[in-house]
Amino acid sequence: MTSRTLPKTSDERLVEAGLLKRLLTRPELGALGGAILVWIIFAIIAGNRGFLTLQGTASYLEVSSYLGILAVAIALLMIGGEFDLSIGSMIGAAGATIAVLGSVFGVPLWLASLIALGVALLVGFVNGVMVIRTKLPSFIITLGSLFILRGLTIALTRIFTGRTQVGSLDQLEGYEVLRLLFGGSIPIGGANFPVSIVWWLAIAAVATWVLMRTRFGNWIFSAGGNAEAARNVGVPVSRVKVTLFMATAAAAWLVATIQLTVVKSADTLRGTQQEFIAIIAAVIGGNLLTGGYGSAVGAALGALIFGMVRQGIVYAGIDADWFQVFLGAMLIVAVLVNNFIRDQAEKARR
Amino acid sequence: MMEKQNTGTQPVLQAVNLTKRFGGLVAVNNVSLDIYPGEVVALAGDNGAGKSTLIKMISGVYRPDAGHIYLEGREITMASPLEARSLGIETIYQDLALCENLDATVNIFLGREPTKRLLGLFKQVDRNLMLAESNKVLDRLDIHIPNLRRPIRQMSGGQRQAVAIARAVYWNARLVIMDEPTAALGVPEQRKVHELIHTLKRQNVPVIIISHNLQDIFAVADRIVVMRRGHKVGDVPAGEVTDDDLVAMMVGSA
Ligand SMILES: Nc1ncnc2c1ncn2[C@@H]1O[C@H](COP(=O)(O)OP(=O)(O)OP(=O)(O)O)[C@@H](O)[C@H]1O
Ligand SMILES: [Mg+2]
Repeated sequence: MTSRTLPKTSDERLVEAGLLKRLLTRPELGALGGAILVWIIFAIIAGNRGFLTLQGTASYLEVSSYLGILAVAIALLMIGGEFDLSIGSMIGAAGATIAVLGSVFGVPLWLASLIALGVALLVGFVNGVMVIRTKLPSFIITLGSLFILRGLTIALTRIFTGRTQVGSLDQLEGYEVLRLLFGGSIPIGGANFPVSIVWWLAIAAVATWVLMRTRFGNWIFSAGGNAEAARNVGVPVSRVKVTLFMATAAAAWLVATIQLTVVKSADTLRGTQQEFIAIIAAVIGGNLLTGGYGSAVGAALGALIFGMVRQGIVYAGIDADWFQVFLGAMLIVAVLVNNFIRDQAEKARR
Repeated sequence: MMEKQNTGTQPVLQAVNLTKRFGGLVAVNNVSLDIYPGEVVALAGDNGAGKSTLIKMISGVYRPDAGHIYLEGREITMASPLEARSLGIETIYQDLALCENLDATVNIFLGREPTKRLLGLFKQVDRNLMLAESNKVLDRLDIHIPNLRRPIRQMSGGQRQAVAIARAVYWNARLVIMDEPTAALGVPEQRKVHELIHTLKRQNVPVIIISHNLQDIFAVADRIVVMRRGHKVGDVPAGEVTDDDLVAMMVGSA
């Protein structure tokens, strides 16, 4: 039962170990490992069928980018201690708003898109204010908005157009502006990388900077960690949360606009279930459902894993029906791995 | 050990005839209290005596139904704990005080973070300054916390109290209020909190401490104020009473 105490030294290795440990305790570590693992698996089973080509890479990055934009925004909201189930419906609503304004009211599409952004910000604002005012869990409030938004979208689109889909949007005035911003692609080595990938990476980078380096980032973490304590020291917790809801809705608008520009049509059912997939991507990326912990890079990596699996299955020639099975299993495994890493990291620090 | 600081100096805080009712219950009944610079005042009393309610009026949580509060001679009214804090009245609770998912430096500066510009454009938090300033204030209080970048969640109860106290001191608290600061702590950690209170005292910051623990009280207090059923029933120098006297005053059998 003798315990030896080592003399205190200012050993450089201690500092380095601290740095290494800090890397190992990053929330996105599990997702990074997962992304590498998934890539290796599909490189082996689908490597000779096009998964490794530039075009194959572009195809899974495009899938990842749509989801990634949503997942990064959802991650910030989750770190702030809230939740938004209405983003899938918001995608359908934003797309329908643009299409109806453009095709029925003759509004130039770029302007219609700006108006749709205004609508999205308003929806996010209302979601946020409702959560703060009623003190109900955001799960309940946004589950309500999920159905209200989707129902409104279908009903109003049918009233104005008589249908639930609007096509040939590229024939409308002002489409060209949208195509320049959201519909282009960057040719690299004969493959075309859609510009949505750039949006995804840019948003992940900005979100990471905000989280790690700004006062607002500190406030997001504090709102999700201990809102009461944060309020007591002067953090405008309500404003932070409402802002995050608005950012999430704006992300849904961006995805809607990009999709609408690329496929040149709007569909009132677009975005269905995207809220779950985005939350899954954020959770795979190490974000906690309970708030106060997580990262934007993790969410972006979670979306990358999702995109690789979705397209990898296709390249491997596996029936796409299996995708959902993978998705569900991946979620559970990822959470277990993330928890394990977090536990180990905390033990190591004691 | 006990010198009379009271004579001649102006009290930092004067609470005059404070009353707070909850429905028919008078939780605090016409209580007055003066706190002098560098003085540690223990607030003692049985469960439900009105201790927490009294300090919540002083820390801006409740508005008094009657009475006045003066800070350094000027009357103050506070609409929120935030306002009290901006006046220099810092309250430290056992649990509500810190964001456990954030590290010590962020907690000390939360809501008041220093910023610098990145490339002369984007405002971002000046983490190096925060770390340097945190180290300074912790040194001043003789607190040693290895690795300030660990989340509070991984710290001991005593270290958490130390961070909360460091935050109060850094932001120039004129009065520190502690409600049951040692309730969840082991003996060595309690001792650490006692030391910190002595350090605050040496820096002339007055402290009001609520405690059920008589050892706590006698270890740190200069003066003991006893409450019973909303009334103030005693206000005595700590050196002039025994445990038994105190208990008698608390339960009213003296
Ligand atoms: N928000 C409230 N609403 C109604 N009654 C309250 C409220 N807060 C306190 N009381 C009542 O006021 C009285 C004084 O309570 P207080 O919390 O101030 O006592 P205390 O001395 O701090 O007790 P303890 O030592 O148990 O913490 C008690 O009877 C309590 O039930
Ligand atoms: Mg109490």
